[in-house]
Amino acid sequence: MFPELNNLLNTTPDKAEQGTLTLLCDSKTDGSFLVHHFLSFYLKANCKVCFVALIQSFSHYNIVGQKLGVNLTMARERGQLVFLEGLKSAVDVFFRAQEKPHPLQFLREANAGNLKPLFEFVREALKPVDSGEAGWTYPVLLVDDLSVLLSLGLGAVAVLDFIHYCRVTVCWELKGNIVVLVHDSGDVEDEENDILLNGLSHQSHLILRAEGLATGFCRDVHGQLRILWRRPSQSTSQRDQSLTYQYKIQDRSVSFFAKGMSPAVL
Amino acid sequence: MAAVATCGGDAGSVGSAVATASKSNVTSFQRRGPRASGTNDSSPRLVSITGTRPSVRNGQLLVSTGLPALDQLLGGGLAVGTVLLIEEDKYNIYSSLLFKYFLAEGIVSGHTLLVASANEDPANILQELPAPLLDDNCKKEFDEDVYNHKTPESNIKMKIAWRYQLLPKMEQIRPVSSSRFGHYYDTSKRIPQELIEASKWHGFFLPEKISSTLKVEPCSLTYGYIKLLQFIQNIIYEEGFDGSNPQKKQKNILRIGIQNLGSPLWGDDICCTENGDSSHSLTKFLYVLRGLLRTSLSACIITMPTHLIQNKAVIAHVTNLSDIVVGLESFIGSERETNPLYKDYHGLIHIRQIPRLNNLVCDESDVKDLGFKLKRKLFTIEWVQDNYLRQERNIYPPGFSYLLKQKDSAWGEGSLQHSTFLMSFLAKATAFASRLVRHSEPLKQTGSGRICQAAGPRLWHDGRRQEAPGLLGIPP
Repeated sequence: MFPELNNLLNTTPDKAEQGTLTLLCDSKTDGSFLVHHFLSFYLKANCKVCFVALIQSFSHYNIVGQKLGVNLTMARERGQLVFLEGLKSAVDVFFRAQEKPHPLQFLREANAGNLKPLFEFVREALKPVDSGEAGWTYPVLLVDDLSVLLSLGLGAVAVLDFIHYCRVTVCWELKGNIVVLVHDSGDVEDEENDILLNGLSHQSHLILRAEGLATGFCRDVHGQLRILWRRPSQSTSQRDQSLTYQYKIQDRSVSFFAKGMSPAVL
Repeated sequence: MAAVATCGGDAGSVGSAVATASKSNVTSFQRRGPRASGTNDSSPRLVSITGTRPSVRNGQLLVSTGLPALDQLLGGGLAVGTVLLIEEDKYNIYSSLLFKYFLAEGIVSGHTLLVASANEDPANILQELPAPLLDDNCKKEFDEDVYNHKTPESNIKMKIAWRYQLLPKMEQIRPVSSSRFGHYYDTSKRIPQELIEASKWHGFFLPEKISSTLKVEPCSLTYGYIKLLQFIQNIIYEEGFDGSNPQKKQKNILRIGIQNLGSPLWGDDICCTENGDSSHSLTKFLYVLRGLLRTSLSACIITMPTHLIQNKAVIAHVTNLSDIVVGLESFIGSERETNPLYKDYHGLIHIRQIPRLNNLVCDESDVKDLGFKLKRKLFTIEWVQDNYLRQERNIYPPGFSYLLKQKDSAWGEGSLQHSTFLMSFLAKATAFASRLVRHSEPLKQTGSGRICQAAGPRLWHDGRRQEAPGLLGIPP
């Protein structure tokens, strides 16, 4: 986790909010550093994490996690982390017929499927263990990223349904958190993606948008991060709070600064 | 006499290099972490595969793309387990050349090849690969070629005695595992037949694999893609590239090349209609392919005619599902062919995406305007300089072009500093013009008296005088 981002979000692993949906969004840049941040944050907060990693392999997250101070292999062995590696499972489900429904069953189907098997997998993974040993604080679902599901043929409505089911189970029943990443296609007209993004933005408590700079590529400022706090359940009389920062990604951390105050410019 | 000795010595030294090829190109330090490509073998072991080297940034195993210039821009090479997607140029000239460079590099490094195509027989593709420039004589030739570009009249040949000039040049025909990472190729010559025969390759030609009487049950992917995936998976499993077969300890890289993926010849209709039946076939294929690559010692190059894809959202999906995306734009047939700015180049190359593998950062190049030119033995990629330097020099003061020339300058074209300066300068230019009219009394004449230098403010705001005639030059 990045300490500077914790300061900006005003959280620490000990006193994080529960029952929230955080939406990570990136537009014209790569927002995966936010996923690494939240993964290490929740592992350090002693939560039970179910990570649906659809875009990269386990060793990638492991190596970056080691730079951020968490050991994913040990967490997986301990049972703290349940890792669904999308790429490896896709090969399994595609080439070998499965007896019971696989979380990525929709890859074999011709028509647009639904994500029921994936939801069953998540529910099974985050079920509170009755034996009572090694009490984890609360469950967390992390998905990287949802746009891959759209590009693999699922409809936006199916993905929204999946998130809805997960919210009921994880956020409301088990008082846990959900963090998802969605790509914003920007000026490319991708209707399904826009539906998904708008639908999730209305449901989420915290939106982190990583955007590329409007003036183009810069070596010292990699992008701009917009933080938006929302209260979807309450009325909109209370204004949503929004902050914007620029950031530069380094080897082991990310440094944030106010707009125009990059150390390279000052 | 001396020449023969040097020739013999040359061959001898290269020969001994070949004998120790498997150990000499790669540094011999022990890799600290597990192999990043996700193979099951997690114990650190000495990297000893020919034609690969570990990345300096994260220890990832890299293979060369066949173009040393492109390797540099991609941060050292193509990582094993990743996909290099090339967005084809309009007439598929340079993208097929990059495809051939990749395969030729595989043959020269001794890797196994898998060539898949729907319109050309893989055996024919292999016949047309460019010949590698392997020995030091050839390096002298290509240096000379670059030199000749500047001084066409000098014809520097190696000075050897006339008797030995008549002997045939020594050719390297042994099956090579060359010890270098990244080679140069001569596009005017074909690869020697012996090299192809010594290499191991598998071909997938779609018309052969599809029988005429097939019953296609509705499936999630196009039939051609399914067959190709099964073929690739078969090769990976049979030859042990994924480490699952305990009998076959494979220590080689599988280079996969897929040509014109997404074109109608593969049975896919994303190039024909906007919302066809198999609109997600290509993305599913890429996803499963990447899953296969991540769990095996292989690297893949795909050329795709993205300029034909009707639905632009599909291009965004394909980009997100690939690791490295390089776009080629050739000037043939476009208006840029006659643009004097681009007269030295054959096209532009856009590095659209570089992956962040095992790392938070990636090796992005600072320079985004890259052009390429193809000479016979060299494919160079260079920074296309700012056109203001050439065309509009007389608008800017002399010092400004110096600022534009700097590669990392904040005054680059399109930056905030540049545009504010331009606006303020142009606003002041009119003021300068009026002042010149009012204050131009001639100085004291020295010399012949024909040239009269007007006094007064042909001065820039920082005190320099304009020497060259500019936009506002006053006739004598």
